[in-house]
Amino acid sequence: MYLLFILLFPLLIGSALLIFKPKNAFSISLAASIIELAATVFVLKEASLSPVSFSAPWVAEAGLSFSLYVDGISGVLIGLCALLVPFIVATTANTDRANKAQFQGLMLAMQTALMGAFLAKDAFLFYFFFEASLLPIYFLAAIYGGENKNAITFKFFVYTLFGSLFFLIALVYVYLQTPGEFHSADIEVLYQTAKGLSADQQGYLFAAFFLAFAIKMPVFPFHTWQPDTYTVAPVQGTMLLSGIMLKMGTYGVIRFVLPMFPVGVATWGLTASVLSVIGVIYGSIIAIQQKDAKRLLAYSSFAHVGLMSAGILTGSIEGIQGALYQMVSHGINIVGLFFVIEIIERRTKSREIAQLGGITQFSYPLTVTFVILSLGSVALPLTNGFVGEFLLLKSVFDQNLTLGIIAGITIILGAVYTLRLIQKSMFGNVSRITADFADLTGAEKAVLIPLSALVILGGIFPSTVLGFSEPAVQQLIQWFK
Amino acid sequence: MSLLFLIPLLPLLGFAINGLAYPKIPKQIAGIIGTIPPLVAFALSLQLFLNFDGQAQILTIAEWIKVGSLEIPFAFQIDQLSILMLLVITGVGTLIHIYSIGYMAHDAGFGKFFAFLNLFIFFMLILVLGANFTVLFIGWEGVGLCSYLLIGFWNQKNSYGDAARKAFIMNRIGDLGFLIGIFLLIQDFGTTDFQTIFAAIESGDYTTDLSLIAFCLFIGAMGKSAQIPLFTWLPDAMAGPTPVSALIHAATMVTAGIYMVIRANALFELSPEVLHFIGWIGLATALLGAAIGLFQNDIKKVLAYSTVSQLGYMFMGLGASAYTASFFHVMTHAFFKALLFLGAGSVIHAMSDEQDIRRMGGLKSKMPITFITFMLGTIAIAGIPPFAGFFSKDEILASLYHHDPLMWGLAILGSALTSFYMFRVFILTFYGEFRGTEKQANHLHESPLTMTLPLLILAVFSVGGGLINLPHFAGGNEFLAHWLAPLLPEAGEAGEVNFLSLEGGAPLLAAFLPAFLAIYLFGMQKSVPSEDTEISGIQKVIYHKFYIDELYELLFVKPIAFLSNFFFQVIDFLVIDLFVEGLGRFVKYASTEFRRAQTGNVGIYLFCMVAAIVVILFVSLKSSILH
Repeated sequence: MYLLFILLFPLLIGSALLIFKPKNAFSISLAASIIELAATVFVLKEASLSPVSFSAPWVAEAGLSFSLYVDGISGVLIGLCALLVPFIVATTANTDRANKAQFQGLMLAMQTALMGAFLAKDAFLFYFFFEASLLPIYFLAAIYGGENKNAITFKFFVYTLFGSLFFLIALVYVYLQTPGEFHSADIEVLYQTAKGLSADQQGYLFAAFFLAFAIKMPVFPFHTWQPDTYTVAPVQGTMLLSGIMLKMGTYGVIRFVLPMFPVGVATWGLTASVLSVIGVIYGSIIAIQQKDAKRLLAYSSFAHVGLMSAGILTGSIEGIQGALYQMVSHGINIVGLFFVIEIIERRTKSREIAQLGGITQFSYPLTVTFVILSLGSVALPLTNGFVGEFLLLKSVFDQNLTLGIIAGITIILGAVYTLRLIQKSMFGNVSRITADFADLTGAEKAVLIPLSALVILGGIFPSTVLGFSEPAVQQLIQWFK
Repeated sequence: MSLLFLIPLLPLLGFAINGLAYPKIPKQIAGIIGTIPPLVAFALSLQLFLNFDGQAQILTIAEWIKVGSLEIPFAFQIDQLSILMLLVITGVGTLIHIYSIGYMAHDAGFGKFFAFLNLFIFFMLILVLGANFTVLFIGWEGVGLCSYLLIGFWNQKNSYGDAARKAFIMNRIGDLGFLIGIFLLIQDFGTTDFQTIFAAIESGDYTTDLSLIAFCLFIGAMGKSAQIPLFTWLPDAMAGPTPVSALIHAATMVTAGIYMVIRANALFELSPEVLHFIGWIGLATALLGAAIGLFQNDIKKVLAYSTVSQLGYMFMGLGASAYTASFFHVMTHAFFKALLFLGAGSVIHAMSDEQDIRRMGGLKSKMPITFITFMLGTIAIAGIPPFAGFFSKDEILASLYHHDPLMWGLAILGSALTSFYMFRVFILTFYGEFRGTEKQANHLHESPLTMTLPLLILAVFSVGGGLINLPHFAGGNEFLAHWLAPLLPEAGEAGEVNFLSLEGGAPLLAAFLPAFLAIYLFGMQKSVPSEDTEISGIQKVIYHKFYIDELYELLFVKPIAFLSNFFFQVIDFLVIDLFVEGLGRFVKYASTEFRRAQTGNVGIYLFCMVAAIVVILFVSLKSSILH
């Protein structure tokens, strides 16, 4: 029942906001997201002892059930989702979006969709939430987005929908092979069934599943929707997309692709890894010359997720654990970094890197938090980013020496574009638009300081998360090895 | 032992206090908060040194990364090597903190500066205390971060920021090599723990190619310790405040590469081709640094190239397996190079931030303490007996003599260059007529006690530092060699040196003759280096550092910038998106075409229906027949 609560509570409050449009939408939304966080922490405490599940009949005639469960893997992701949403809501404080009930309602509705995808134990239920999440984010971007929003959000919508179609077809195919009169889409039944498929079938199914997730993450060359969408969406939408939603893709590969299609992974995994690693380098190189800070972060996110994908595809304990850890770290860091850029844009009306400079003279706290978040992003030891990247690079390196070394170049390129961004915005001479830059407000500090603290805590105490997920990951690996 | 954890913790606390409370803490208090941690850490290290019983101890603080069978704890190793490094870092570190109280007194970023210095001390201590390669790597990258923060300390100046980024990125190139080395170690040994790995190596319990690992680790050392081809960041690092140059870019951080090789000597000893490579890289760097140093006119740049060059000597020693000699040079170099940098800082302070030696001269009488201490430092680095640099460099040279005579000969040449350029700087700065502006002349003064006291203490060590490993022929007992013996292989160290032989005489000549030449040229002939515009030919090429920066710009920076734009504008927007949007357009086009089929003519619809039924029937009939 707790699971049902953490799944539906945000939607409940969110739809209330959408319908009644109260004046103090911000307080309600923030309170709801904090209650959600508290409830999720409670669930995770339970789950750290043994997996928690909930099941109710759904479409019994088709063998579908409304079943949710939290193990070490999904636990990390619902934890991430519940942790980030309050911060994302808080970034609207003191803006004209704060008390827009529609905006807040859509964000909370989005949270339910995201939680649902991570909680689902039935594959069709996963698919349902996977698709449902597109609606709130589409409206967030299409209503509140920036220049050229219509064309860009349309492309994003159609592109991801297109990808999930392959996933759906492939899923139905496996589902129809499941035993029993009514079949079943329970994940464990699917694991069993898929194991019996021929190598050819596994190959095709791997491709169809991976394509859907590759578009979501995105993996090279399925990424061209991403920089535009991240840039044009309102910053909270970008945070939801990059902080949480893209992890549906990486989570999907861990939850479905690895255990269902071990033969497919063995045959095509390296190809997919190569594409992922190309994305790592390609995205990093593009980020180096970006003029728009938000687009720079979009490409950096693209590069980071490529490494997660490559690590997961190794199917090793380091790769999967590293990816899970990196999903959390990346979520924290990217939300913080997008907020920094948003803060700069609020004051200067610009994200153009060349027009900025000297901000540190006006805001020491902004500089410090920006630098800490960036260090997490470039994976400096004792930041959260190091732990994940270390494990991921090691896993790729163990699988394929050359690929590992190429992926490793990211630690150099990451430093190149990140330090450039810091220097051009924070340091150097004050520009026309950064003169009289106002220091951080209390609400802004309330987001940036805890996130920065998490960057460092995550670098020192990774075992809180790694220890939580390890048994489930071990079990998963046992299954397909 | 129980207080050991305080050694790194105190500087971390100092960093946290000064960093978080900046700029609210008054300068005097910030200076004290910043200086106490290294001082107490030094006292604790000294106690550790005096009470050390010869047994290496491992102190596991906490679990860190644990995944599958891989376990990497936060663990410290206390042994002969780490204790000596602790002493050097906290000792020299404390002096430089004291010096900074005076040097940075007028700087608005005073508290922040001390915070960064403390953070550096923290990471440097982690680097030398780490009991495994991964904890070492925390310190390794952490000191790189601090170096970045401190080089770009005066962050309004874009060129300083560029220098800071260059340092960080070049270090990261090395760090990638180091990281790969760590991965290889884990592959074969399942751990990054020093003791486990070295024990396995010594008992022959390994299957991998140790040379590859040693090579990767050495790439890390090339970055951190500024060796060819990753050395160009160090001269630019002089953009940072001078105490930083003294502490980070001379005495401690840049010697981390040498420390690491000595720490992993078991691994390097079994990789002779890598040791060979290290020796030649060291030699090439030593000569290149010395050659460029000959023509530099910025007092800090001369010292920077000199550091590059001296680090080369240390690596040469390692190449010849003369670990004690290299470490001896690490220590003496820490004393005299910190002294020289702080002396230069004192001069720059007095000269109102002038760094060009062509604008100096005659400072001897105006700043007597700086003058005397700088002279002692110069004599020490030139290798003139019985100063510290003589003994340590002589040990390296002696081991090279037996290892590879050609290398030895070239090293002697480098040594001669060193002596020349150092005396050149010394004479041009302190002797002759003052060549600066009148305003500067009126402002000239000796530095305050906070600055001169560290100079005096370092001068004592630069003079007497040779005692640490004084050879028997000079009445010593080779303390350092005995102290480090449990950690090192037996081979490689040279025996007694006869000063009447070529082996003993050449280094002496190489120290004295160029010194006399420099004194003659710049002291007696009073020649002053020409202005930048007047130099030409080979001198110009050397002055511009052989255009290596420009070469890197051409080879790496420009192509990557080009690729970045090419990927973004051509591949992303034209090629990939053309396909993606093309698919979309095709659907749109197809829908317009198929729309024509919907004519509204019932007859055609019926015909289509019947045709479809026939096809379906045919197909299912065929499959049932086949079955």
